[in-house]
Amino acid sequence: MAEIVLDHVVKRYPDGAVAVEDFNLHIEDGEFIILVGPSGCGKSTTLNMIAGLEDITTGDLRIDGSVVNDKAPKDRDIAMVFQSYALYPHMTVYENMAFPLRLAGTDKATIDQKVQEAAKMLELEAHLDRKPSNLSGGQRQRVAMGRAIVRSPKAFLMDEPLSNLDAKLRVQMRTQVARIQKTLGTTTVYVTHDQTEAMTLGDRVVVMRAGKIQQVGSPTDLYDHPNNLFVAGFIGSPSMNFVPGTINGDTLDTPLGDLPVPDTAREALRSGSANREVIVGIRPEHFEDASLMADDAHGARTSVTVDLVEQMGSDVYAYFTVQGGAANADLEDLAKDTGQDMTGEGTQINARLSAESRVKAGDTAELYIDTAKVQIFDAQSGENISRTS
Amino acid sequence: MSVTAPVDERTEDESAAIARQRHSEGKKAERRLGLMLVAPAAILMVAVTAYPIGYALWLSFFRADLRTPDDNEFVGLDNYITVLSSDIWWKAFGFTLLLTVVSVVFELILGMALAIVMHRTIVGRGLVRTSALVPYAIVTVVAAFSWRFAWSQGIGWLAGDSAPLTGQWSSFWIIVLAEVWKTIPFMALLLMAGLALVPEDLLKAASIDGASAWQRFWKVTVPLIKPSILVAVLFRTLDAFRVFDNIYVLTSGANETSSVSIVAYNNLMRGLNLGIGSTMSVLIFLAIAIIAFIFIKLFGAAAPGSDEGRR
Amino acid sequence: MSTTTETTKTKSIWWVVNAIVLLYAFIPVVWIISLSLKPDATLNDGSFLPTKVTSEHYEAIFANDSFTRALINSIGICLIATFIALIVGTMAAYAVARLDFPGKSLVVGVSLMIAMFPQIALVTPLFKILTGIGLFDTWLGLIIPYITFALPLAIYTLSAFFREIPWELEKAAKMDGATPYQAFRKVIAPLAMPGVFTTAILVFITCWNDFLFALSLTSSERSRTVPAALSYFTGATTFEKPTQTVAAAAVVITIPIVIFVLFFQRRIVAGLTSGAVKG
Repeated sequence: MAEIVLDHVVKRYPDGAVAVEDFNLHIEDGEFIILVGPSGCGKSTTLNMIAGLEDITTGDLRIDGSVVNDKAPKDRDIAMVFQSYALYPHMTVYENMAFPLRLAGTDKATIDQKVQEAAKMLELEAHLDRKPSNLSGGQRQRVAMGRAIVRSPKAFLMDEPLSNLDAKLRVQMRTQVARIQKTLGTTTVYVTHDQTEAMTLGDRVVVMRAGKIQQVGSPTDLYDHPNNLFVAGFIGSPSMNFVPGTINGDTLDTPLGDLPVPDTAREALRSGSANREVIVGIRPEHFEDASLMADDAHGARTSVTVDLVEQMGSDVYAYFTVQGGAANADLEDLAKDTGQDMTGEGTQINARLSAESRVKAGDTAELYIDTAKVQIFDAQSGENISRTS
Repeated sequence: MSVTAPVDERTEDESAAIARQRHSEGKKAERRLGLMLVAPAAILMVAVTAYPIGYALWLSFFRADLRTPDDNEFVGLDNYITVLSSDIWWKAFGFTLLLTVVSVVFELILGMALAIVMHRTIVGRGLVRTSALVPYAIVTVVAAFSWRFAWSQGIGWLAGDSAPLTGQWSSFWIIVLAEVWKTIPFMALLLMAGLALVPEDLLKAASIDGASAWQRFWKVTVPLIKPSILVAVLFRTLDAFRVFDNIYVLTSGANETSSVSIVAYNNLMRGLNLGIGSTMSVLIFLAIAIIAFIFIKLFGAAAPGSDEGRR
Repeated sequence: MSTTTETTKTKSIWWVVNAIVLLYAFIPVVWIISLSLKPDATLNDGSFLPTKVTSEHYEAIFANDSFTRALINSIGICLIATFIALIVGTMAAYAVARLDFPGKSLVVGVSLMIAMFPQIALVTPLFKILTGIGLFDTWLGLIIPYITFALPLAIYTLSAFFREIPWELEKAAKMDGATPYQAFRKVIAPLAMPGVFTTAILVFITCWNDFLFALSLTSSERSRTVPAALSYFTGATTFEKPTQTVAAAAVVITIPIVIFVLFFQRRIVAGLTSGAVKG
C-alpha cells in the first residue's frame, strides 16, 4: 500500500501534441481515486504513466516518496486491470492468477494459498481449471481482478475494467470492486468514462478534459459545486440543463422566466457589471411539479408546454423546450462527447418530477424550480460564479 | 529529490525536445532490431533471386553454350532475336497463355462453387473442408501421373481405346483438367476467407429487400469479396503461367503442348544452351511482371501483405 | 437460409453436393492407389478398381535403392529447408508485424515478388552458379533455393498470425512483473506456436511438392528427390512398363502428407487464408 504523488507531470508526444498537461495529484494511501473524462482527455495516458507503460515527459511520479519515473513496470510493484482483461489465453484461471507470483519466484505453497484466497473472494473457486475462453465476460473480469489481487501490490490501476460488461453485470461488478477495495484497503486509481462509476466508486474523483484536470473532489462536491460548465455537464445523469440568462440586479432573466439570483452567487456578482450574460444550470431533480409543492416553498414557478413524458416508475421525466440556447465551448465539447449534436430550435429541458406528478405530454404544466440549487456560470469562461469558496 | 521540479521554467520547446529525444532513442532501438531481424531473410532472398536474375540477364547477351564452352562470345541482342523470331517460342507462348486463361476461368468458377459449398453446407462441413484439401496436399507430379495413367491407352479407366495424350487439343484439355483439379482448393480457400467476411445480416437484409439468391450473390456477395477474388485470380494467373510439372509428366511438351517453362527447360537441360535458356528466362520474367502490372493497374488488386489500412 | 428449420430435404441435397466434392477430391487418389495394387496381368483391364490385389509393387520399390535414396533425400532436404526457413522467416515476420523500421515495405514487396516469381527463370543462372561453386547435385544446392521460395510464404503467413496476437498481453505481463524476455518466453511464444506450426506444414508441403528445381539442379541419386526420381523411374527391365511401380511410389510419398493434412485441416485452412483478405 502506498501513496502516489504526481508532481507537475506532463506527457508530450514527439510531434508536440500534449496528452497530459501539468498534472498534480496527491493520492493518499488506501484512497480510491477515479480519473474520469471523455475519450481523449488523457486519463488513460495518465494511468499508463503511473504503470510505467508510457514515459513521463517531465515532472515526477513518486510512489511512497521515491521517484519511479525511470523504473520498469515490474519494479514499481503495482498491478493493473485492463479493459480487455488481457488474460493469457493459454493458461488456466489458476495459472493466470498465479503468473505474477511465479514470476516473483514465490514458493508453491504460498502461491496456492494466495490464489485460493483470491478465488474465494471473487467466487472463482469452481473455475480455476478452466481456460479464459470458456468463461463468461463477468468471470473473465473477475479473473483479471484476481490476477491483480494475488500479489498484494502497492496499488491497483484499473483501465475501464467494467466497460466490456453488459449494463446489469456492470452494476453488480461495480459494487464488488468497491467491496474488494474497501476490504483490502489498497490504493486504487480507476479510469472510466462513465460518470456513474465515478460517482459511486471513488473517494475522490478527478475530472479531466483535453489533458487538464478540471476539478478534483469528492463525488458530492463535484455534483453540488462543479467548478465549471464542463464538470457540471459531465457529472450527473440525466445531465444538468443549461439555459442562457442575464443578470439584472437581483433577478436573473432566463427563458424559464425571471429567477431570483441565488445567495451563493450574489456576492460574486455584486462587483460585476449589470446585464451580465451568464449560463444558468439547473439539474433535472431541482424541478418539481408545482401542484405537489406547498405554496410557501421558496423558489420560482414557470409554465411550460410538456413535449414528452417518460414514466420511470420511481420518477417522471418531463421534457419541454425553451427558446434560445446556451452557447459555450465547454457545452459544445460535452455535446460532441455524448453524441447529442442534433441542434434543433431552442433547448430541450429535462425535469425529473415526483412519481405522483400527473403531467401529460401536450399539457401546459406549472413547474417549480428550486432556485437555491441553481448554478450560474460565466458565459465566456464557463467558470462557476455561484460556487461558494 | 526536491519537491518541486522546476517544470514551470521549462519552455514547451524544451519538453517537446525531451519527448522527441526519448522517442527517437526508442525508435532507433526498434529500427535496429527490425533491420537485424529481417536481414537474414532479405539477404537470402536477394542472393538467391536478384543475383541470379542479374546473371541471367548477363548470360542472355552471350553465346553461352555448354557444348562449346570456349566460344563464349558477346552477341548483343542476337539471342533475343533468335528467340523472338522462333516459331517454337511463340507457339509455346500462345499455348501457355491460352492454358492460363482457360484454367484460371475454370478454377474461378469451380473454386467459387467449392467455396460456397464449404461455407454454406449444413451437413458434414468438417468432412467437406478436409477432403477439399486433398488435391492441395498431393504432390503435383503424383497427381499428374494419376491423370496420365488414367488417360493412357489400355491402362486408363478414362481412355478406353483412345490415346488422347497423343493429340494436341485432347492433351490441352487433360492438362487443363490436371491444373484445375489441383488448384481449385487453393482458390476456394482464398474465396472462402472472403465469404466469411460478408456479414450474414447484410444477406438477410437483401433477402428482405426482395433479392433472389442469385441477385444476393451477384449484387451483395461478389462486390464485397471482390478483393479476395482479385487476389486469388492474380495469384493463380501468375502461377498458371509458369506451368511445368503437369506438362512435363503428361506430355513432355510433345505435339506442341510445350509451355514457355518447358521450352526454356529443354534449351537449358537438354540443349545445354545457357544463352538461349537465359534469354527465355528473362522473357518469362518480363511476361509475368507485365501480367502482374496489368492486374494491379487495371483491377486495382491490392498487393496482399501490403500494410495499407491494417495498422 | 440458415434461420429456417433444416428439413430433411435440404439436408439430403447438401449430402449430394458433399458427395460430389468428395468424388472430386478422391477419384485421382483412389485411381492411383488402385493402379499400384493391380497385378501385371490385370493392368490393361482399364477398370477403375482392381479386380485382384497385389503388394508386389510396394515390395519392389522399397527394394529399389534409387527410390529409398530419393525418399531419404526428400525427407532430409525438406525438413532442413523447412526448419531454416521457419527460423529466418519467424524473425522477419515478427519484425514486419510488430516493428517499425525503414525498408519494411520493400521487404514485403520483394518477398511478394519472389512468391510470384517464375522459378524457371532462376533455373538457368542457378544451374550455372551452383555448378561454379560446386553445390550442383548436393543437398545444400536444393536446400538454399527451397528456403528462398518458402520464405515469402513463411513471412506472409507468420506475420498474419503475429498480427492476431493481442499484444496488450505483453503489457499485462510487464505489469505482472515479467522482464521483456519473460514476456516473450512465457506469453508471446506459446501464443505464436500454433501459427509457427501451421506455417511449418505449409512450407514443408511446398518443398515436398517441388519438381522443377529437383529435376534441374540434381543429376544423380545423390540428391534427387522423389518427384524427380519418379520421372526417371524405369521397371526392372527396359521393356517392363513401370506403371504400377510409379503408382506405388506415388502413393508412398502422398499418403503421409495427405494424412498429415487431414489431421491438421483446421490449421492449414487458417494458414492459407490468414490475412489473405482484410478490408
